[in-house]
Amino acid sequence: MEMSRRVLLGIAFAASMLAAPPVAQAQKFITVASTTSTEQSGLFKHLLPIFEKKTGIEVRVVALGTGQSLDMGKRGDADVVFVHARSLEEKFIAEGFGVKRFPVMYNDFVLVGPKSDPAKVAGGKDITAALKKIKASSAPFVSRGDRSGTHNAELRLWKQAGIDIAKEKGPWYRDTGQGMGPALNSASSMNGYILTDRGTWISFKNRGDLTIVVEGDKRLFNQYGVILVNPAKHKHVKKDMGQAFINWIVSPEGQKAIAGYKIGSDQLFFPNANAKGV
Amino acid sequence: MNEIFAAVGEAGRMIARFDAAVVDIVLLSLRVSLTAVLLASLIGLPLGAAIAVGRFPGRRALIVLLNALMGLPPVVVGLIVYLMLSRAGPLGEFGILFTPGAMIIAQTILIAPIVAALSRQVIEDTWQEYREQLRSLGAGPAASALTLLWDTRFSLVTIVLAGFGRAAAEVGAVIIVGGNIDGVTRVMTTAIALETSKGDLPLALGLGIILITLVLSLNAAAYWVKEAAQRRYG
Amino acid sequence: MLPLVLNNVCFAVNGRTIIDRVSMEITAGPRTVILGPNGAGKSVLMRLCHGLLNPTYGSVAWHGAANGRNRQAMVFQRPVMLRRSAVANIAYGLKLAGVSARERELRARDVLEAVDLAGIADRPARVLSGGEQQRVALARAWALGPEVLFLDEPTANLDPGATRDIESLIGQIRAGGTKIVMTTHNLGQAKRLGDEILFLSQGRLVERAPVDRFFTKPASAEAEAFIRGELPWK
Repeated sequence: MEMSRRVLLGIAFAASMLAAPPVAQAQKFITVASTTSTEQSGLFKHLLPIFEKKTGIEVRVVALGTGQSLDMGKRGDADVVFVHARSLEEKFIAEGFGVKRFPVMYNDFVLVGPKSDPAKVAGGKDITAALKKIKASSAPFVSRGDRSGTHNAELRLWKQAGIDIAKEKGPWYRDTGQGMGPALNSASSMNGYILTDRGTWISFKNRGDLTIVVEGDKRLFNQYGVILVNPAKHKHVKKDMGQAFINWIVSPEGQKAIAGYKIGSDQLFFPNANAKGV
Repeated sequence: MNEIFAAVGEAGRMIARFDAAVVDIVLLSLRVSLTAVLLASLIGLPLGAAIAVGRFPGRRALIVLLNALMGLPPVVVGLIVYLMLSRAGPLGEFGILFTPGAMIIAQTILIAPIVAALSRQVIEDTWQEYREQLRSLGAGPAASALTLLWDTRFSLVTIVLAGFGRAAAEVGAVIIVGGNIDGVTRVMTTAIALETSKGDLPLALGLGIILITLVLSLNAAAYWVKEAAQRRYG
Repeated sequence: MLPLVLNNVCFAVNGRTIIDRVSMEITAGPRTVILGPNGAGKSVLMRLCHGLLNPTYGSVAWHGAANGRNRQAMVFQRPVMLRRSAVANIAYGLKLAGVSARERELRARDVLEAVDLAGIADRPARVLSGGEQQRVALARAWALGPEVLFLDEPTANLDPGATRDIESLIGQIRAGGTKIVMTTHNLGQAKRLGDEILFLSQGRLVERAPVDRFFTKPASAEAEAFIRGELPWK
């Protein structure tokens, strides 16, 4: 029995070592709720180490859709939200969940589709015209369906095309409820059309037969904003560190870092913290 | 087929150069799932033994419930734990959400019923054989439970391994309560999910191969220890 | 503890009566053998005496002084060996009886020596032969120093050589002052090992007599038939 007792003690000791968190754990961190497009494009991997080196503040990014990120802010599970749906962001502030919205950067959406282009939209510069053609030809179209910024933009564009997509959709409209990456995977495997932000597209590796078919329409403009979660609503919000992050990202240094993020020779995001009316 | 070859190549490269990010992810996966399986066993084994040996009203209903809980969907467990640990929830003030601690809690909840239900069955079978002799020797319910736990130890090791396998393989719970935060709560399964959604399938598959190899090695090691012990103790 | 008094004891399960109004007294001294055909209720009666079963009606009481489970022990038809060494099996019983760690190792080895099994003391008990296991079971009971030793068909599963070993061992234990109460359906064994016979038929105590008188002049028709049935060559 003695031998077995020693074995058990050994296991318990090893287990406690394993369970103990690393001693030098940085308690100095903020939680940022952001979108899959910023995370998966690799922007944060490029940006955050610069900020962390300068301030010693660790930035923990939870990447969900815009809708979910704002919900996280409402629940108080994040200190800062960094999303791209202006109307939803302004509603967030109006309802008292956020302090102030700062524009940070923009990129654009592009419509990608199969090289075979069944709806004959390739090369066009008019997004609403393209959407009308897609519906008319019943070509497969993949929607995010997840209350993300991209989904928000997609719905806005259907509306601008004069189509009530909720009522007028058919089996060609695939509402997947997924993030940008999985939705692109779906579009790639079913050779369908999909609206995506350019940043994610550039870094996406499973393109299959897809290529950009429509770009450059002003209505495809995609603005990102950053908001501090309201400490009045949630006492525990790390408002000083959160504000430090916001201040940095709109500062010339932060804006330069954003501009500096490239894949190959493509710049993914364009800083515009000083722009008005965005 | 191409992608699978690419994946094997990718996996080999990652292992060969001891990619720091991958090492971190592997260590965190081990830390989370091993801790969860330890806690789940501390809860589940005595519980299984107590139910096997005890006689109390509602015992059969409890057994059915435990067996059913083995099939708890990980994503549902993740969701419930998230709502509990969220700042808007009852346990929010502890700030455990989006930490490895939250992931350990979720996985422990997931595995404990498996350990309890399976150990209950194994111990009850042995209890049928031992019951009269143990009572004759004067062992009370608690002493009997401990004796049974020790005597069924080889089967229990297999059960604990099953629990570990379930924990290491699941993604639904840890991705919700952990947030898949780079460098903090990213484990093998959530990293695979992320790389898949980024479209980097070879990398995702490569990580998958590493994960499977890891679990296989652990099982092989446990089996070897078990065999050696079985030869000694019968 | 002795004498053990059974008063109008009945035992029924699911409406079926297994022990039917048995009243008897077991006193210190003679080796008591409970004899009867299969299904007579011998094993159930033994368990009622030992305390493993509670009578449905009537009472089982020890009218002597110093009550306590470790002053009586039981050996079953199939020996139950724990998954550990032979000496550890014996030490297990001693531990339950409250003997200190140092003391129980010594006593366990001593008693194994006495039953001529010192050579296999550290072997896993479950890999021993049937006869060796039963000897270990007997040693385990003997080590407790019981006042009464119950044995339920202890050699029913053993070959003649092993049976001889067990019978001689029972003799040794008896010589040490322990009261022997045994069941068997083997007439030869009853004659060899019994001083008095309690004959059970269909749950009733039909006859009780000293061993010689029982076999030469059985008083009841059932006993007579049983004796005749088991000795076709008489």
